[in-house]
Amino acid sequence: MALVARVLIANRGEIAVRVIRACRDLGVEAVAVYSEADEASLHTELADRALPIGKAPARASYLRPDAIVEAAVEAGCDAVHPGYGFLAEDPRLPAACAQAGIAFVGPPEDVMRAVGDKVTARAAAERAGVPVVPGTGRLSEASAAVAAAEEIGFPVLLTASAGGGGRGIRRVEGAADLPGAFAQATAEAEAAFGDGGLFVEKLIERPRHVEVQVLADDHGAVIHLFERDCSVQRRKQKLVEEAPAPGLTDELRTGLCDAAVALAREVGYRGAGTAEFLVDVAAGAFYFIEMNARIQVEHGITELVCGVDLVTEQLRAASGLELSVAQEDVVPRGSAFEFRINAEDPDNRFMPSPGTITGWHAPGGPGVRVDSGVETGRAVVPYYDSLVAKLMVWGATREEAIARGRRALDELTVEGIKTTRDLHRRLLDWDELLAGECSTESLERWLEGA
Amino acid sequence: MAAEVRSPIPGIFYRRPSPDADVFVEEGDAVEADAVIGLVEVMKQFHEVRAEAAGTVGTFEVENEGTVDAGQVIVSLD
Repeated sequence: MALVARVLIANRGEIAVRVIRACRDLGVEAVAVYSEADEASLHTELADRALPIGKAPARASYLRPDAIVEAAVEAGCDAVHPGYGFLAEDPRLPAACAQAGIAFVGPPEDVMRAVGDKVTARAAAERAGVPVVPGTGRLSEASAAVAAAEEIGFPVLLTASAGGGGRGIRRVEGAADLPGAFAQATAEAEAAFGDGGLFVEKLIERPRHVEVQVLADDHGAVIHLFERDCSVQRRKQKLVEEAPAPGLTDELRTGLCDAAVALAREVGYRGAGTAEFLVDVAAGAFYFIEMNARIQVEHGITELVCGVDLVTEQLRAASGLELSVAQEDVVPRGSAFEFRINAEDPDNRFMPSPGTITGWHAPGGPGVRVDSGVETGRAVVPYYDSLVAKLMVWGATREEAIARGRRALDELTVEGIKTTRDLHRRLLDWDELLAGECSTESLERWLEGA
Repeated sequence: MAAEVRSPIPGIFYRRPSPDADVFVEEGDAVEADAVIGLVEVMKQFHEVRAEAAGTVGTFEVENEGTVDAGQVIVSLD
């Protein structure tokens, strides 16, 4: 077995640049693709070769498996790396790659389907002995909901089985309140979705979002690279991530990591993946929510604390090689944070802020890493995600990492567009974050009060 | 007097609320002031484009799912 020789990167922006760098480190050729809007972008320029794949809207370019595989064949690539977003978790891409005899950097198509579906992923977790959020199937009678809630334990959440958008949702504190809440929620669900069926689910109070990085190869190795805490979110979008998760007991950390490995083994995983959990730190409990079958945006902080290059390991696994690290080699050191520098205006309801970057200075020095898809003179185009760069910092202690985060954010200069830089700088003076106590609700509460 | 409906932001213009839905307005429709003419997607966020005055919808100068710049005319109202 040998490494793949030429990789097509089916993505853009900072993650395309990140994968090009991994290819360079391995002596592998990197082929970029670009839409009409990205012809003059950094990833297009840095790659060994770049091919146009369509018009600016993603549906006409980066979301077309046929165009991606056609470009890979034309350029003589033997592998396709999907990055994150776009087609990264679309089973049509591994299927099209398999048909063309090209390696896909990710899990096989059937594994991607199994972990991508909420019902089959939950079933796999249960088979692997991984705790899931306790809940019921579809119920249509209040009496059945009372019985289920008594067993699960209050408080519970009633949610519309057909639902979404916050309708047909009720928080219920005790059995006495349940019949009334059920009647209201079922009427709302009936009106909104034409289906009054409800789920009863355990309500996790002030949950933390903690995820575990796993790597697996075709030779039976499944390892974890410990956890990241991604609780600092706005509208379910992560803004700050850190590794390790602060305040976990050794028992809780071991439980999470073992659960992620058990799940990856159960589904026959290959490559890099992430198991996401809700964690109730006070109760010492955790619940699996979903598995992401791709490299994550925030993978870099795991690389900083574990000293493992996750993208080169992905490329090894996709080549049919063994991982270069064993579980006992993974010894986390220090603390790392990631700050997502988005082209958004936090002072104006996070309004997107596309435009040309007229001035860019990336910070450097000890413990600082910047993964960016832009630089001075490049355009942040309006058609795709608002993430323009990831500022990551590492310190021997959490305190040192935070100090370096303040220093690096102060040094970062972005002119021509609005960004989240100043917001991040304020977050590093926020008691709740400094104490490592943020839940998934904390940032929105803080923003309302700020 | 003709009024022009311009996109306030750069992005992708949509004439429908979702791919399977009907268009917001047809060419030749009479619309009230503040009627939604279409959506512009910028960085995965959707913004409504509204008529500033009442009028009759003219010919669209931007196709569905076409790209628009900030300030670009989408359609005229006669």
